[in-house]
Amino acid sequence: MNTHSISHPPAKGHGAKQQQALQDPNWVRWSLIAIALGFITLFICLPLGLVIYQALSKGIEAYWTALTQADTLAAIRLTLLVAIVTVPLNTLFGITAAWAITRFEFKGKSFLTTLIDLPFSVSPVISGFIFVLLFGAEGWFGKLLATYDIKIIFSAPGIILATLFVTFPFVARQLIPLMQEMGHQEEEAALSLGASGWKTFYSVTLPNIKWALLYGVLLCNARAMGEFGAVSVVSGHIRGLTNTLPLNVEVNYNDYDVVGAFASASILAGLAIVTLVLKTLLEWKQTSR
Amino acid sequence: MSIILSDISKNFGSFAALHNINLEVPEGELVALLGPSGCGKTTLLRIIAGLEHTDQGSVIINGENKTSQNVSQRGIGFVFQHYALFRHMTVFENVAFGLRVKPRHTRPSNEIIKKKVHALLDLVQLDWLHDRYPDQLSGGQRQRIALARALAVEPSVLLLDEPFGALDASVRKDLRLWLRNLHHDLNVTSIFVTHDQEEAMEVASQVVVLNHGHIEQQGSPSEIYDNPTNAFVSRFIGQTNVFDLDEHDNEWLRNVGIINANSTGRIAHVRPHDILIEKSESHQDATATLKDWQHLGALIRLELVKNDHHASKSLFAEMPKEQFKALALKIGDVVKLKIRHAHWFH
Repeated sequence: MNTHSISHPPAKGHGAKQQQALQDPNWVRWSLIAIALGFITLFICLPLGLVIYQALSKGIEAYWTALTQADTLAAIRLTLLVAIVTVPLNTLFGITAAWAITRFEFKGKSFLTTLIDLPFSVSPVISGFIFVLLFGAEGWFGKLLATYDIKIIFSAPGIILATLFVTFPFVARQLIPLMQEMGHQEEEAALSLGASGWKTFYSVTLPNIKWALLYGVLLCNARAMGEFGAVSVVSGHIRGLTNTLPLNVEVNYNDYDVVGAFASASILAGLAIVTLVLKTLLEWKQTSR
Repeated sequence: MSIILSDISKNFGSFAALHNINLEVPEGELVALLGPSGCGKTTLLRIIAGLEHTDQGSVIINGENKTSQNVSQRGIGFVFQHYALFRHMTVFENVAFGLRVKPRHTRPSNEIIKKKVHALLDLVQLDWLHDRYPDQLSGGQRQRIALARALAVEPSVLLLDEPFGALDASVRKDLRLWLRNLHHDLNVTSIFVTHDQEEAMEVASQVVVLNHGHIEQQGSPSEIYDNPTNAFVSRFIGQTNVFDLDEHDNEWLRNVGIINANSTGRIAHVRPHDILIEKSESHQDATATLKDWQHLGALIRLELVKNDHHASKSLFAEMPKEQFKALALKIGDVVKLKIRHAHWFH
């Protein structure tokens, strides 16, 4: 009886023993793989498949009508607008923060590093709520904004602000470890050769961080388009005006418009898949360099 | 171009890296900043380059006060310890970088850049590598590319941080000689940092010995070796035997000939080649016993133990191989020592 069989032909002497020591028995391996696969199927593949199945449950035509109804198109437009504004801004902020943290010594640096992570550790609902407290009708700046007739909460600016806050860490978090590891000798070399600060950044720093930067931008974008909690608090769910795609999914679902809800969801799911593929590609690029 | 450093001090937090450094490097010299790690030599080099700011004092290059000038305007060439080649550029682009980033009105045309870069690559004998990337080069090749890159902007001063530190021994030997010859041909004022005294003595025309942020001594290699001004320099440059008069029998000292003729010093430093050795016939007049010996090429190094009542460390003496053969000494033989020259310190 041999439950400890090995997939390779056993080597002579204690070579065989060593291999056994390093390798778990077959049943352990297979059950671990089965559990992992089962989990992924049950919790990831199945729901994803279901989204597409439900979206197409009444035929491709119904799917298309659901996607092209005015509210959904407005939601797509708003989502794109939010991403177009927040992603470049957070890219800029991310680079600036990473630069400051890895290149300068200053008091409170470790505090700043921790602070960058705050949006990750705070519940998105609270992130949204902060902005309501600040800019809402009863908020700190509410009166001031009302006198100038500026609307932030329950309109696009509030959604953009909340998204900015929630997606702030993505780019900085990608860049800081990389820039720390790189050191600044190449930049010093460029400066000593007479390059200006901007030229040094553009032709020495940027090429070295570009894949990590793209990766951060990609994650930032995925979250900017997919954020629900924070946006939900500040948006006010006004159909055709302040609903982003994730909010549109909820609204449609609450209206028992299953095809509509899943049609919007399928766009977000598609975005997730594209993001994943690009992310894998970027990771591969980064390691093969 | 000459370099004058006057009264330079630098602190990192509460740590004083340099205090009151005054140094003059005449035009065309090849100077070594030599000292143990943490002595401030790299900081001093970075201050000259403008990569580090001084707390006090000024840097004057060729009569111009450059203290507050940015590194990119100082017109220096800096070769980093780990080369710092741009990893995403080819060798050619690395060397061309300094020319390409010049302001438009002084930037040479593409043809001139091309010609110049190839000439520099020829100078460092690596033109055949022009389309490679830095990670495809060996350490010695990277070092030479880094040097070519620094030379491309025709710097008034060339600064090298531990230029041979990261190379293996045989490559290092070749590159030292090569650098010396290159300096001879180009005659650009150069300063390099090293912790290896042999390297400093072999390559430099002037050596500056630093310790704890102070200049201990400055001079030609032979001045520093033959007339060390203090015990630190004597011990740091070359091998030396240290005799503290208080730790030896007077009789033993008289026998070996250490006589403190003209100073109040109590500590004698003796170079291994300043210890003469004769074979002793009897145990009575023998001053030491041969414990071991090693082959150093043309020289033999003898490890000796004193025959007196103070237990102490071994002494080291050196003599030519032929002489050692003629003496026919074996381990355990007793010998007479004669010290022909010593440096005295307090």
